[in-house]
Amino acid sequence: MDDLRYMEMPVDQDTKISASNVQIYYGDNQAIKDVNVEIADKTVTAFIGPSGCGKSTFLRCLNRMNDTIDICRVEGTIKIDGDDIYDNAVDPVQLRAKVGMVFQKPNPFPKSIYDNVAYGPKVHGLAKSKADLDVIVEKALRRGAIWDEVKDRLHAPGTGLSGGQQQRLCIARAVATEPEVLLMDEPCSALDPIATAQVEELIDELRQSYSLVIVTHSMQQAARVSQRTAFFHLGNLVEFGDTSQIFTNPQDSRTESYITGRIG
Amino acid sequence: MTDASNAAPLREKKSLLVVDARTKKRNAAEARFKMYGIIAITLGLLFLAVLLTTIISRGTGAFTQTFISVPVELREDKLDKKGNRNLEDIKKVSTFGYNPLLGDALSAVIAEGGFTTEITKSKELRKLLSSSAVGQMRAYVIENTDQIGQTVTFDFFASSRVDGYIKGRVTREDLARDKNLSAEHLDLVDQMIEAGVVRKKFNPSFIFGADASESRPEQAGLGVSMLGSLFMMLVVLFLALPIGVAASIYLEEFAPKNRLTDLIEVNISNLAAVPSIVFGILGLAFFIQFCGGYLGIAAMKASAPLVGGLVLTLMTLPTIIISTRAALKAVPPSIRDAALGVGASKMQTVFHHVLPLAAPGILTGTIIGLAQALGETAPLLLIGMVGYIASNYPDSVLSGFTDPNSAMPAQIFEWAKRADPAFYERAWGGIIILLVFLMTMNIIAILLRRRFERRW
Ligand SMILES: Nc1ncnc2c1ncn2[C@@H]1O[C@H](COP(=O)(O)OP(=O)(O)OP(=O)(O)O)[C@@H](O)[C@H]1O
Ligand SMILES: [Mg+2]
Repeated sequence: MDDLRYMEMPVDQDTKISASNVQIYYGDNQAIKDVNVEIADKTVTAFIGPSGCGKSTFLRCLNRMNDTIDICRVEGTIKIDGDDIYDNAVDPVQLRAKVGMVFQKPNPFPKSIYDNVAYGPKVHGLAKSKADLDVIVEKALRRGAIWDEVKDRLHAPGTGLSGGQQQRLCIARAVATEPEVLLMDEPCSALDPIATAQVEELIDELRQSYSLVIVTHSMQQAARVSQRTAFFHLGNLVEFGDTSQIFTNPQDSRTESYITGRIG
Repeated sequence: MTDASNAAPLREKKSLLVVDARTKKRNAAEARFKMYGIIAITLGLLFLAVLLTTIISRGTGAFTQTFISVPVELREDKLDKKGNRNLEDIKKVSTFGYNPLLGDALSAVIAEGGFTTEITKSKELRKLLSSSAVGQMRAYVIENTDQIGQTVTFDFFASSRVDGYIKGRVTREDLARDKNLSAEHLDLVDQMIEAGVVRKKFNPSFIFGADASESRPEQAGLGVSMLGSLFMMLVVLFLALPIGVAASIYLEEFAPKNRLTDLIEVNISNLAAVPSIVFGILGLAFFIQFCGGYLGIAAMKASAPLVGGLVLTLMTLPTIIISTRAALKAVPPSIRDAALGVGASKMQTVFHHVLPLAAPGILTGTIIGLAQALGETAPLLLIGMVGYIASNYPDSVLSGFTDPNSAMPAQIFEWAKRADPAFYERAWGGIIILLVFLMTMNIIAILLRRRFERRW
């Protein structure tokens, strides 16, 4: 485990998202139980835990993607920069512009690479002119570390790229709208080791400007890219702390069994 | 690890080259099942072949018609006594006034061709021709007054009996009890065929003409009711498509899932199965009696394609809604997530991403719904869109919607119902035209689907 980077960088940042007493239900079934968590700015926070423990559920509540599921109900408060995102005055559309999301399966629109990236800025009116838009698209694709591979075929369909390229395109699409928080749900689970390494490198760069939350099943990945780690188990947030501490000196026995591979 | 590994193995070791009894049995079952499938498909194809050959063998006759070419002297002393070519005076001569001209002309044809016949009376001679002949002459004279005094050769429809004789439908024996034609006439017809005066040729007026009265099957055509169908389809397209698509989008993408929407959903599915005649009587009660009668909306009257279109819209809506919802459901949720994830609103998500991807399915559903509506007969009978309603093309697009008209399938039904077997042939011919339309629409649906199909 010597590729772990957890010794670097003590975390001391402003709080970006703070969740307190969050309960999430699917109908009568409680998926998240009383979770309190503070997610720092300019930091990568990893959510780990066994399958079905509610990581995706919690992540999707941070930009209210769960609104689309009728039976999903959220209690407690989640604040971003001090604003309660479940307040009636909050328009989820505005929220999602601020809190972008990358999904587990690469899901480019069946449109050109250019249109994929340009769509968000167009919807939010970020570009005054075509030239503006070109600049935004190029910048986003560069940040997505995919510019060199696609600059000659911007008008080819995005669905024609390889899986890893598609995922980086989706990341570029997410950063094109200039979000402040980027949520990633197992962004590398469909990727090979090389593409995974590229995406991880990208995540590390994006940390300079965003607050990132990443769900992952790979302990190594959590250790490599994150500064803070949250361990979920059966809907509970069991332990939350600096990645280095979670991996070297877990306080809870469940955390320890999980990271050493005894429960999963 | 477990007990199983210590117990005797469940499968004996055997060479792969020997097929065991159980495998044999399974393979036999599979072969039998394949055979059932092949038998089913063969039967289906057989029925289709029988259907098509019947339709084609019986219907193609309707596209040809027997014509008799007769040079007629348009005598001035009969048609324009005053001789000043005043249109009003010429119009005063009714079709009766043309009868003697026609009789004389036929006598002349016989004399000239050297045909031998016992028939001499003008009235008897005219039985060879369709009773539309005098009308055709009169219309020609009114159009071309300068031709009065000249001899003009007309191609008249032969009467339906003569036509039937030439097509083999009517025999001499049949005529024994028929007062419309006698065997004498047929002898004359034989000679006329020889001389080339009587010919069977392609008859465009079957496709483009209007229906005719019961006594003139030779003159009846499908054209005007085709137009009635066209106007109805326009109404259906412009009402059912937007309403259906809007309803489906709302139900599929926006509506909360609760009792009420469940109820609506079940009802839409049920509506698709409601017999079309129910929609017909609804149209009669609501559109014609209530809107047209009680509220006094003039356009809503019996036999108007507008009303027919409205009734068919009601009928087509469930089909369009069901297929549109299926098309929307087929769009992967990941696309919606992607759009919502970059901060598109729900409506933007639907209109920018979901709808374009669902378009081929929606179009296919719409065309199939239209094709269904085009072939629908029962509701039209109830709102009075039956045969011999319109004898002319509508004067304008607007009156196309409101003037009484029939529709293709209703016209076919009307022909099949009439007593004269000559109409029976036309019913089959009409079915060929209807099938050509339906096939064209289905081919368009297939092409559209191919054209827009996209992978994601
Ligand atoms: N749309 C839904 N409707 C009902 N229950 C759901 C729904 N989505 C998730 N759940 C339930 O919520 C619980 C948490 O699911 P979630 O997807 O958040 O798990 P996860 O930690 O992301 O798992 P994985 O690592 O396998 O992705 C599970 O018990 C799941 O069955
Ligand atoms: Mg998950």
